[in-house]
Amino acid sequence: MAKLLKNREILLVIAIAALLVAITLRFPGFVAPANLARVYNDTSILIILALGQMAVILTRCIDLSMAANLALCGMVAAMINAAFPGIPIPLVILVVVALGALLGSINGLLVWKLEIPPIVVTLGTLTIYRGTIFLLSKGAWINAHQMSDAFKALPRTSLIGFPVLSWLSVLAIAAVYILMTRTPVGRAFFAVGGNPHAAVYTGIDVGRTRFFAYCLSGGLAGLAGYLWVSRYAVAYVDIAAGFELDIIAACVIGGISIAGGIGSVGGAVLGSLFLGVIKNALPVINISPFAQLAISGTVIIIAVAVNARTEKRKGRVILKKAEAV
Amino acid sequence: MAELNLSPRIIPDRLQSRGSRALKSWESLLLVVAIAIFAINSFASPYFLDPWNLSDATFNFTEKALIAFAMALVIISGEIDLSVASIIALSSTAMGLAVTMGADTPMLVVVGLGTGLLCGAVNGLLITGLGLPSIVVTIGTMSLFRGLSFIILGDQAYTGYPASFAYFGQGYVWWVFSFEFALFVFFAIVYSVLLHKTNFGRAVYAIGNNQTAALFSGVRVGRVKFILFLLTGLMAGIASICLTSRLGSTRPSIALGVELEVVTMVVLGGVSILGGSGTIPGVVLAAFIMGMVTFGFGLLNVPGIVMSIFIGVLLISVIALPILWSRARRRRAH
Amino acid sequence: MLQETTTSRMKPAVALEGISKSFPGVKALSGVSLALYPGSVTALIGENGAGKSTLVKILTGIYQPDGGTIRVDGEETHFPTAMAAAHAGVTAIHQETVLFDELSVAENIFLGHAPRGRFGLIDWTKLNNNARDLLRRVGADIDPTIRLRDLGIANKHMVAIARALSIDASVVIMDEPTAALSHKEIHELYELIDRLKADGKAILFISHKFDEIFRIADRYTVFRDGGMVGEGLIADVTQDQLVKMMVGRDVGQVFPKVDVAIGEPVLTVSGYRHPTEFEDINFELRRGEILGFYGLIGAGRSEFMQSLIGITRPSAGAVKLHGEVLVIRSPAEAIEAGIVYVPEERGRQGAIIGLPIFQNVTLPSLQKTSRAGFLKLANEFALARDYTQRLDLRAASLDQDVGTLSGGNQQKVVIAKWLATQPKVIILDEPTKGIDIGSKAAVHAFMSELAGQGLSVIMVSSEIPEIMGMADRVIVMREGRIAGRFERAELTAEKLVRAAAGIGEAA
Repeated sequence: MAKLLKNREILLVIAIAALLVAITLRFPGFVAPANLARVYNDTSILIILALGQMAVILTRCIDLSMAANLALCGMVAAMINAAFPGIPIPLVILVVVALGALLGSINGLLVWKLEIPPIVVTLGTLTIYRGTIFLLSKGAWINAHQMSDAFKALPRTSLIGFPVLSWLSVLAIAAVYILMTRTPVGRAFFAVGGNPHAAVYTGIDVGRTRFFAYCLSGGLAGLAGYLWVSRYAVAYVDIAAGFELDIIAACVIGGISIAGGIGSVGGAVLGSLFLGVIKNALPVINISPFAQLAISGTVIIIAVAVNARTEKRKGRVILKKAEAV
Repeated sequence: MAELNLSPRIIPDRLQSRGSRALKSWESLLLVVAIAIFAINSFASPYFLDPWNLSDATFNFTEKALIAFAMALVIISGEIDLSVASIIALSSTAMGLAVTMGADTPMLVVVGLGTGLLCGAVNGLLITGLGLPSIVVTIGTMSLFRGLSFIILGDQAYTGYPASFAYFGQGYVWWVFSFEFALFVFFAIVYSVLLHKTNFGRAVYAIGNNQTAALFSGVRVGRVKFILFLLTGLMAGIASICLTSRLGSTRPSIALGVELEVVTMVVLGGVSILGGSGTIPGVVLAAFIMGMVTFGFGLLNVPGIVMSIFIGVLLISVIALPILWSRARRRRAH
Repeated sequence: MLQETTTSRMKPAVALEGISKSFPGVKALSGVSLALYPGSVTALIGENGAGKSTLVKILTGIYQPDGGTIRVDGEETHFPTAMAAAHAGVTAIHQETVLFDELSVAENIFLGHAPRGRFGLIDWTKLNNNARDLLRRVGADIDPTIRLRDLGIANKHMVAIARALSIDASVVIMDEPTAALSHKEIHELYELIDRLKADGKAILFISHKFDEIFRIADRYTVFRDGGMVGEGLIADVTQDQLVKMMVGRDVGQVFPKVDVAIGEPVLTVSGYRHPTEFEDINFELRRGEILGFYGLIGAGRSEFMQSLIGITRPSAGAVKLHGEVLVIRSPAEAIEAGIVYVPEERGRQGAIIGLPIFQNVTLPSLQKTSRAGFLKLANEFALARDYTQRLDLRAASLDQDVGTLSGGNQQKVVIAKWLATQPKVIILDEPTKGIDIGSKAAVHAFMSELAGQGLSVIMVSSEIPEIMGMADRVIVMREGRIAGRFERAELTAEKLVRAAAGIGEAA
């Protein structure tokens, strides 16, 4: 049991379950399957983004530019759609995923080739990507009426009972899971973050691995950009402003160590869901939605304190009798 | 053994004079950039050289620079504080709340500074007391502090600050020199002395370069870091008083995103984001550069967001260019 | 003997010829050659800074040589990356096992060359099974699915060796593999090396311990100052000859020990204990005395010393300095009381790389050099000049970053830093570890001088000659407890080793 409690994913599942029980006491309808599906759908975009951030954090880096990347890709998707409504939506998605990956690769190149600290690089590109949206759009909004119906409908379309948005996030989870557990580059993320020095000796190129992590986070931000803009049917400079911190919060809550090398797909998903449940529960249990920010702040602090306790290195055990205990 | 008993060699204190070292420093590069921008601005707009316009321009950076001084020390010590903008918001909200309860101007200052100190203490305790990484803790308190403002204010705003309160953000000490600018000069000197002339400042550098060795050398690492977060909270409180006074109102979204501008200013000023090096004069120059760029673009009617692209490019290029330059030089040497 | 001559006639598995490598300001290797033969162990011998680790990095593709050739099985090749070296069959097991604590044992073995299944995806079942087989081959009973961090240091070494076998290496480099191992574990390692030899692997064995070189190696190569100064068969050479080649001159083990009248007790430690690290530590330290603490690495000596200066808290025990009870909760308080600790890990705990020499020296003494909390640079330079000259520091200026100094000179700065506080008790933890012979002698001479001036010295050392040469009295620690106490007159190397290893009491 004690060992089970040390497992971060199980701890999170218990925490989410406790949260759901507490909410249910105030509002029984919350755990109705249809509502839970709605909550999941509402959290889908955060999950997709958290998966990308997880890969970056695993390699001891951070991507503060994800939300700006999302907004830029979302704007480009909306502008393509507004200008050429005939272009099939899957092609638009492909374009913005590629664009996102390209923007991510700029971060990656600066971190890899110039060895600039990741926090500085992404702080810089955050403002650059945001500013670029303004340059592209001249500050104008692209509203629902300028978007084609197909563009707006895709995330909402129901497929075997669930919206495409939910399915896309499931697909992203599966793809990233396979990438992280079954491919050399996925394992390299763990190795580079866990011990960059040793990674070099095992023939892993630390910089290139980080580059790939940034490409992944960028590509996922691009996908999220289309989904965000089509779901809310509006694109403007400031969409998802500040969302980069929610993404990092989801990862921290999910037990992904900011020091790198520790984390899992399950953790990123559960961390996102934890935030998603809180966000969706507040209105129904009559807590002001304004409280959400303070609650997620508190949760981040608790999560990092808990992570630090489980990660803490045990002191040296030298005495024989202490070893036996 | 004989060769080991040579008479002790005399080791000179310094090889380079302090002057020649200063010439090659990051700060002198910044000074050149600042002068260049100043010159370009004067050519680009006839309004730039007007003293009152220049005075207006200082408001672009004074509040952020006040925080940047303390942030520079935090970053040199190897930590970071991303919660400063939220501390501004919470301080401002607390002052707004105090106004509704009938507080006068001195009381408002006490509330503003006290809230800042309290927030700094919370950060400091979590980071030094529990030993948590500052980047995550302050992302958490960033949400928490601003979240508290949202809980208190919702979508409301506080206005109705007393008339005398307007002095901090709108008053002038003498001729074109605003109260904010006077604060900026005062704290630039205070922090320069603190970082460069005191034992405390030396401890900050020691911690930033090698925290373990500093601890072994008798530096009270936890205490120093706690004080740094306290100071950052205090400076955010002061900035909050200035900003609130200047705007005359408080909304929970006040000063959104300012933390990134402050960090940019510090890094642009030559402080290593990895800790261990940097100077206050560098931060002062960076503040002037950022302020003048903002103001110059403003005179040319360039929107603020385009300005932010420029700052972003500046941030990356000032770090990238020296790296590229030294690489090119090494290649030529081969 | 017969076998030795046949191996030398064989074609080397890997041969380096005329390898050179420079770094800005330093010529690390100049035209060195090294040949490793299948089924044979070659010892690489040299002082720290002789170029051994640079050579290893070139052999494993981390560094690129500026000149010279690498031949594998007679064919000239290049190792542009670590991966290329691994593909050519060269693998290294490093000083501190550089593996991944958070990954499983099996993955540590196969990272970078994991077996793939359908769609090129990693086949975990096969990976775990292969790992199990390999661990069995090296004779280690380890579950391949557990995380590496849950293993002890010896088992981590076994994992590293299994990794070497997994890439089917023909050349295995062992960089001080026994540094952190216990007696028993070292013997298990010897057996494993014998097995690797029988498998036809060429082994490069880097060690500072001559007993193990003579036990395990077939051939030797000696480096000095980035050049090769000798090679041949171990059977044809004596320890003295090797030492001579290594240092380039005759070095009798002369220690500048001065007879000092030992005075009254200064420091009294009684009943010191810690939940997991040490217990029942009692001793007295007298004025003018050098008290040696001997033991194997990991015996709890450093841990005890660090608790004395307040880095960790003991669970019980008392310290008296000149008869007065002291409570020390931080290094700052220890310095105030007059007890200073020169730590073992110079780079991590001692020198502050990035700060100039004089600031390193004055850091713990700032209270003295400053006025009302404000720095007085003139006082700082004066203090730094005084102590660095007394230690015969070699540096261009006191304003120079301490990171630009050699290891020996860095150590002098670190010792100067502590002496400048004018302590009553100085604890030196492995004071000459990893520094050149010249600096070693300077440190030893200075230690004698200090004791002569009435300072009390505790010297933690794992080098028997140093302990025997310098200490007035020796306490041996084993597994966190005091395992023996010896006066200088009754000291023998055998007694020390027996007490440290727990092999009966010397009669």
